[in-house]
Amino acid sequence: MANYSTNEFKSGVKVMLEGDPCAMLEVEFVKPGKGQAFSRVKLRNLRTGRVWERTFKSGESLEGADVIDLDMEYLYSDGEFWHFMLTDGSFEQFGADETAVGDTKLWLKEQVVYGVTLYNGAPLSVIPPNFVDLEVVETDPGLKGDTAQGGTKPATFTTGAVVNVPLFVNIGEVLKIDTRTGEYVSRAKG
Amino acid sequence: MSWRPSCQLEALRLRADILASTRCFFSERSVLEVDTPVLSQSTVTDLHLASISAQVDLPFQSGSHQMFLQTSPEFSMKRLLAAGSGPIYQTAKSFRDGESGKRHNPEFTMLEWYRPGFGLLELMSEVTDYIAVVASLESPDIITYQQAFQQYLDINPHLIDSEALCQLAKDKTGISGDDFSRDDCLDLLLTHCIESKLGYERPVFVTDYPASQASLANIKEVDGVLLAQRFELYANGLELANGYDELVDADEQLCRFEADNKARQADGLPEIPIDYHLVEALRSGMPRCSGVALGLDRLQMVMQNTSSIDEVIAFPIGRA
Repeated sequence: MANYSTNEFKSGVKVMLEGDPCAMLEVEFVKPGKGQAFSRVKLRNLRTGRVWERTFKSGESLEGADVIDLDMEYLYSDGEFWHFMLTDGSFEQFGADETAVGDTKLWLKEQVVYGVTLYNGAPLSVIPPNFVDLEVVETDPGLKGDTAQGGTKPATFTTGAVVNVPLFVNIGEVLKIDTRTGEYVSRAKG
Repeated sequence: MSWRPSCQLEALRLRADILASTRCFFSERSVLEVDTPVLSQSTVTDLHLASISAQVDLPFQSGSHQMFLQTSPEFSMKRLLAAGSGPIYQTAKSFRDGESGKRHNPEFTMLEWYRPGFGLLELMSEVTDYIAVVASLESPDIITYQQAFQQYLDINPHLIDSEALCQLAKDKTGISGDDFSRDDCLDLLLTHCIESKLGYERPVFVTDYPASQASLANIKEVDGVLLAQRFELYANGLELANGYDELVDADEQLCRFEADNKARQADGLPEIPIDYHLVEALRSGMPRCSGVALGLDRLQMVMQNTSSIDEVIAFPIGRA
């Protein structure tokens, strides 16, 4: 991979740092009038998701990371790996392990397209779409007449996710969930 | 649409007001407006200032030769002082290579003025008047460099041992590598842990810098510590101005130029041709004076309460 020197730093550039692939989120040029110039960088560690703040002297360089983001359809899980397929017509498949799938496991539904980050050709992380439609497999019986108003109750979905839903929801209903907040949005349409 | 200015038309009007009230301010105080070249045969030798150079062809001279866009009008203005100009000021386009970001543009506008016979405190008082008149800013607090480090980091920047300083700089900033000078570490801590907190309730003068950061300021000794007679002005976490009790000793000036060039060589940077015009001007007798350089773009950023220099200039480097 190419090396990036500080004057090539910008948000989106992916580099290796302390052995992990990282994506730059923010880059700031810092320099006291008569003093040394620095690049102050916020990076997301693509393996752990943690955000790091680092500073580099102007002129330093970092090794680029072999990282690429691709759209893939979720196929199935064999218990050890979660299998995805490229949507570009190549039908190429990739198996993501538990660390790569992480919390997204709760939002995995067959035939839905996810963002998969490949690092050195293997899935590093999986990002769900902002909304997914999931079926309720377990919840207390729905209260008739209780519509938009009122309290909530926990519901378990096919994926194992547990989300607070309105009291009127019944088992077997398909609901739209916001994966960023893990909150109920509405009944699924169609 | 990148042909358009990056700032609002309101910002252009504010700039016009700043320039007009600046002229008025100095005219009332009988400080002479001067106009010195942007392009010069020499330039600053500072380790951390990079000049933009240009190849210049002149008739009847074989080959083109290298000249430099000025990082500030300092050297030319000092030659005028030595020639007996009395108090002078100018707003000058200044250039610093490699400096670009939210607070930096490689080309910027510097207001610089010199006051023969003024000590640093008198000049700070005039800067206070200037920012009150032009920008309606409150009268600044004054703290020393040491107090700033003690307040925000609980260390004495002059006495802390170099290893502890380097470790602290690494811990606070997550910088990698090892070859940091004392001044690198102090700059890191200043920019990351102190600067952004300075001058929010009212502006603040920071005084008494380490002698190693004297640049063109005189040095004094206080309780065994050598201090640069230099101040910086901060507002809203922005460095606005840098003032010196100016060095007038020609030999000392030449020594500092040569020392800078040695440091540049060690860092793999090009040597800078020494400005003998300035050295000779000092030798002929420059009056004792204090001088200050104030970034007008930065001052306007404070007035507009913005953190982006693009909001105060029409065409930043990307659109220039």
